[in-house]
Amino acid sequence: MKQNLTCINCPSGCQLTVTLDDDRNIVSIEGNQCKLGETYARAEITNPTRTVTTTVRLLNAAIAQLPVKTSKPIPKDKIMECMRALKPVEISAPVTVGDVIVPHICGTDADIVATRSLQKITS
Amino acid sequence: MVYDVAIIGGGVIGSSIARELSRLKLHIVLLEKEPDVANGTSKANSGIVHGGHDCAPGTVKARFNVPGNAMFDTLSRELDFPFKRNGAWVIVSSETDIPRLEKLMEQGIANGMTGLSILNQDEIRRREPSIHRAAVAALDVPSSGIVCPYEMTIAYAENAAENGVEIRLNFKADTIAKRDGIFHIEGPAGSVDARILINAAGLYADTVNNMVSSEPFVITPKRGEYFLLDKTEGSLVSRTLFQLPDESGKGVLVTPTVDGNLLLGPNSRVTGDKEQTSTTREGLREVAEKALLNVEHVAMNKVITSFSGLRASTQTDDFIIGPSPDVENLINVAGIASPGLSSAPAIAVYVRDLVKTMTHAEENAAFQPVRSTFARFRHMTVEERRNAIAKNPDYGVIVCRCEQVTKAEVLAALRGPLHVHDVDAVKRRTRAGMGRCQGGFCMMRLPEIIAEELHIPLTGVTKSGEGTNLLMNQNKQNL
Amino acid sequence: MQQVDLVIIGGGPAGLAAAVAAHEAGIRDIMILEREAVPGGILNQCIHNGFGLHSFHEELTGPEYAQRYIDQVQALQIPIHLGTMVLDITAGKEITAVNKSGVLQLQAKAVILAMGCRERPRGALNIPGFRPVGVYTAGTAQKYVNLNGFMPGKEVVILGSGDIGLIMARRMTLEGAKVRAVVELMPYSTGLKRNIVQCLDDYGIPLLLSHTVTEIRGKKRLEGVTISQVDDKRNPIPGTEETIPCDTLLLSVGLLPENELSKAAGVELSPVTGGAVVNESLETSVEGVFACGNVLHVHDLVDYVSEEAALAGRNAAEYILHGHANGEGIPVCTQGGVRYTVPFSVDPHKITDAATLRFRVDAVYRERYISVYLDGERVLHRKKRILTPGEMEEVKIKKDLFDTHPGVGTITVAIEEG
Repeated sequence: MKQNLTCINCPSGCQLTVTLDDDRNIVSIEGNQCKLGETYARAEITNPTRTVTTTVRLLNAAIAQLPVKTSKPIPKDKIMECMRALKPVEISAPVTVGDVIVPHICGTDADIVATRSLQKITS
Repeated sequence: MVYDVAIIGGGVIGSSIARELSRLKLHIVLLEKEPDVANGTSKANSGIVHGGHDCAPGTVKARFNVPGNAMFDTLSRELDFPFKRNGAWVIVSSETDIPRLEKLMEQGIANGMTGLSILNQDEIRRREPSIHRAAVAALDVPSSGIVCPYEMTIAYAENAAENGVEIRLNFKADTIAKRDGIFHIEGPAGSVDARILINAAGLYADTVNNMVSSEPFVITPKRGEYFLLDKTEGSLVSRTLFQLPDESGKGVLVTPTVDGNLLLGPNSRVTGDKEQTSTTREGLREVAEKALLNVEHVAMNKVITSFSGLRASTQTDDFIIGPSPDVENLINVAGIASPGLSSAPAIAVYVRDLVKTMTHAEENAAFQPVRSTFARFRHMTVEERRNAIAKNPDYGVIVCRCEQVTKAEVLAALRGPLHVHDVDAVKRRTRAGMGRCQGGFCMMRLPEIIAEELHIPLTGVTKSGEGTNLLMNQNKQNL
Repeated sequence: MQQVDLVIIGGGPAGLAAAVAAHEAGIRDIMILEREAVPGGILNQCIHNGFGLHSFHEELTGPEYAQRYIDQVQALQIPIHLGTMVLDITAGKEITAVNKSGVLQLQAKAVILAMGCRERPRGALNIPGFRPVGVYTAGTAQKYVNLNGFMPGKEVVILGSGDIGLIMARRMTLEGAKVRAVVELMPYSTGLKRNIVQCLDDYGIPLLLSHTVTEIRGKKRLEGVTISQVDDKRNPIPGTEETIPCDTLLLSVGLLPENELSKAAGVELSPVTGGAVVNESLETSVEGVFACGNVLHVHDLVDYVSEEAALAGRNAAEYILHGHANGEGIPVCTQGGVRYTVPFSVDPHKITDAATLRFRVDAVYRERYISVYLDGERVLHRKKRILTPGEMEEVKIKKDLFDTHPGVGTITVAIEEG
C-alpha cells in the first residue's frame, strides 16, 4: 500500500510516496530530492511524533495562562488525549521555565513543562 | 405610574426631543430597543449638517433644515460634541449644468439661506487642489458642516438623562394600544403607560403608528454604503464635495469627518428588509466609482472600514412631523431621512413647543443645558496630560493606541448616565477601536476593563448587547 | 527634558537584542520604552515552538526565546519602562511618552525604532456583509486564547494561510474548536511546509487555495461566510460561491510595520516594505535614528530579528560614541523577482566583516540562482532549489569584495535562471 506525505525540511515540500508491504515495512520512498526527505519519511511512517505546545490556567500571576510544552515529542495519536488530560490543570505562581507541571503525560516519557517564568502577585 | 410623555426611539430625533422636553416639568421616558442610543440610522450616516439648498420650498424638510443648521454652533458647545462648519460645494462638470446650480441657489435663498455663491473653475481649483479636473463650477454653501452623529445623539441623551428623563435601553415596544386616553406600551422588557406618545421610531415608525392609527404610512428602507479612510487622507479636501442631487438623493459625497478621517458615500438602494445593514460588493463598487466624480484620486488602499446605513424614507419623500390626524396625543416624527440630522435640533424645539401647548407644563427651573463629557487625552496639551495623570493615573494608561484613548476615558464612558455595558457603546463614546488598526491593539484591553468594572467574567462582555459575546467559552471546554 | 544617550522604542525581541548589543558596545545610558505590562513583545503570545534554531540551536517557544533576552537585559541592568506608550518623536530625537506616572520628555542622542508590526484588519479588505461579533484578526484571537484563556468561538474559518493563520488553525483545534477550512487567496501558501503538515494535515483541516471570503453572514453574531474561487487576477469567479457555517472568522491577511511614530520623526519609508529606508548601519534617513525588527520589514525568523537588532544596537552605539562618519552609500537595486532588499544602500567603509542583505522574492521560483553584482560584475552566484515569498533570504557580501572593487556605483541583487 502507498502513503503520501509532504516533507517539511525545506520550502520545496517534496511530495513523498512511501510504499509499504503488508507488515507495514517500508519497501520504497519516492519523490524526495535529498536524503533528508528519506529520513523524514521513515520517521513519519514508523513513529510520527509531535511536540505539543499549549497553555494551562495560571493563578496569582500577571497573566491568566501559563504557556507549556511537552519536554520531548510524543506520539502524534496522543495529542488530543494530552489536551484532554490538561483540561483540569491549574497552576499557581510562582513558576519558572522548565518546571514540571505534569510528569509523564498520558503514559509517555514526556513531561509537561512551563515555558515562561512568572512571579507571584498578590492582587 | 403614567408618564406624561413616552418617546419611542433613541436615535438623534428621539434623544434631541427628550432633551428639549426636559426643559418642561414633565415625567418623560425614552424607550430604545437597542442596548444603546444611536444604534440605528443615527450612527450610520454621513454626519453632514446640510445647508438646506436641497429642499424644495414648502416641504417639511425645508421648514426644519435651515433653522436646524443654524443651531449647531451653540448646541455643540452646550452639549460638548464635535462640530465643524467646514462648508460644502455642489460641483458640476459641464457648463450646461450651471443653470441647475443657480436653481439650487435660488431654492436655498427661498429657504432662508445666506452666503451662497457660484464659484468658477479657477477658484475651485485653487481652493481644493484635489478636486476633479472636469469640475467647472461649484455652488458654495458656507453654512454646511460636519458632525459626529452618534456623539451628538449620545450628548443629547445624556443631557436629557441628567435633566430627569428616564432612558430605558433594551426596551422593545411590541404592542401599543390606546385605552381611556392612555397609551399602553408593552414588550419583553416590561410595560409603560403614557399620556402623550412621541413616535421617533425611525425605520419602524410606520409599525408604531399603524398599531394605533387608521391613517397608516409606510417607511421604506433605503440603504447607503460608505467607506471610511485613514486620517492620513483626512485633508484630501477641506470641504464636503457633492454632485448635483438626483431622484435618489444627494449622491455620493467626499468629505472630511469631524474626527479627521475621509468619508466616501452613500449610494442609495431600496432594500426589502429593515435589518439589512450589510454592505454589498456592488454597492461598495458604486460608491468607489462615484466618489471619483468629485476628486481626481482617492487612496483606496487607505480604507480602514466600510459600513452601511438605512434611510427611513416615506412615499412623499418628506418628513412626517406633527400630531397624528386621528389619534389624539400621538405625535409622529417619522421618515427622517436626509436632512434629518441637520434638522433634528429644530424639530426637537418644535415638538417641545407642541407638547408645551398640549400639556400647559411649567418650565423646569432646574434644567441644566450644559453637558460636559469626560476630558479627552488626545486633545490635551502636555501640561494638561501631566495634570490629568497626576489626578487620575488611568489617564496615563493608553488603551487604544491609534486614537490615543486612555483607561480613564473607557471607565468614564461606562460610568456615564446611560449605564451602557458593551464594547460598541464604549467605542462610540471614546473612539477606542475606530482607528487604523480597527481594534487590533485595544480588543483585549477593552473587554478586560469592562469585565473588571462590571464584575463579570470576560465571557460576559458583549460587542453590542445580548447574543454578541466576544468570547464563547474557556479554553478546552469543548474537549 | 531628560537627556538619554540611547532610547529604544519597543521591548520585544528587536528592542531587547538591540539594547544588549549597545551595552556590549559600551553604552550605559539606555532606556527601553515598552507599552505592555511585560517585556517580550509578540513572543509572549507565540506559545508554539520553532524559535531559536539559528541563534541557540534549540527549538524554543516564543516566551522561552524572549526570556533569554529578558534575562540578559536584566543582568545588564538596562532599564525597561513598562506600560509606557511613546506618543511622539521629532527629527531632533525628542521623545514624548506617557505612563501611569506621567509624561516623559526625553532628548536622545540616538533612537532605535523597534515597534514591530500590526495586522491588516477586515476593513482594509472590504469584505461585504454585516459587522457581527466573531470576526477577529488571528493575532487578536491568539491573545484571547494564549493570554486570557478564552475562545472566541467553536466553529472557525480562517482567511489567510500564512504562518499565523496556520498556527491558529492548530491552536483553536487543540483547545476544542472545529476549524472548517483555511482559505487562501493565492494559489500557494506562504506558510512553512512544516506548518501545513503539523497544523492542517495532522488535523484534517482543508486548505482551499485560490479562494477568498466574499461575504460575512449574520447580523449580530457571525453565522457563516461565503467563499468563492478566484481567477488568476484574484477576482471572485461568479457561480463558485459556497457557504461555510461558522461562528468565528480569523483573518491572517498581512502584517504592516507600525511606522506612525517614524512618520512623525520624518523618517523616509519604503512603499514596498512599509518600513524605513535604511543604510548598511540600519540608520534611517534621520541622523541617529535606527530601525530593526518587524518595524523595518516583516520577518519570518526571530533569529534574524535578533541579528538585525544587534547590528542596529552596535551602530547606534558607534554613532553615540564617535558621531557620524561621512560616507557614500552605494544604492542596492533589485532584479528578476527580488521585491526589495534591506538595507537599501551600503557604504563599504562602514562594513567591518560583511554586508548582510536580506530580501524577499515576489513569487515562487524553483531551480534558480541568487546573484549579486557589483556594477557589471557578478560576485556571488548561489543555487537555490526553491525561493518563496514566505521565506526571507539573505546574502552576505564580504568586505574584501568591496576592497577589490573600488568605486562601485550600484549593487544588484537578482534572481537568475543560470
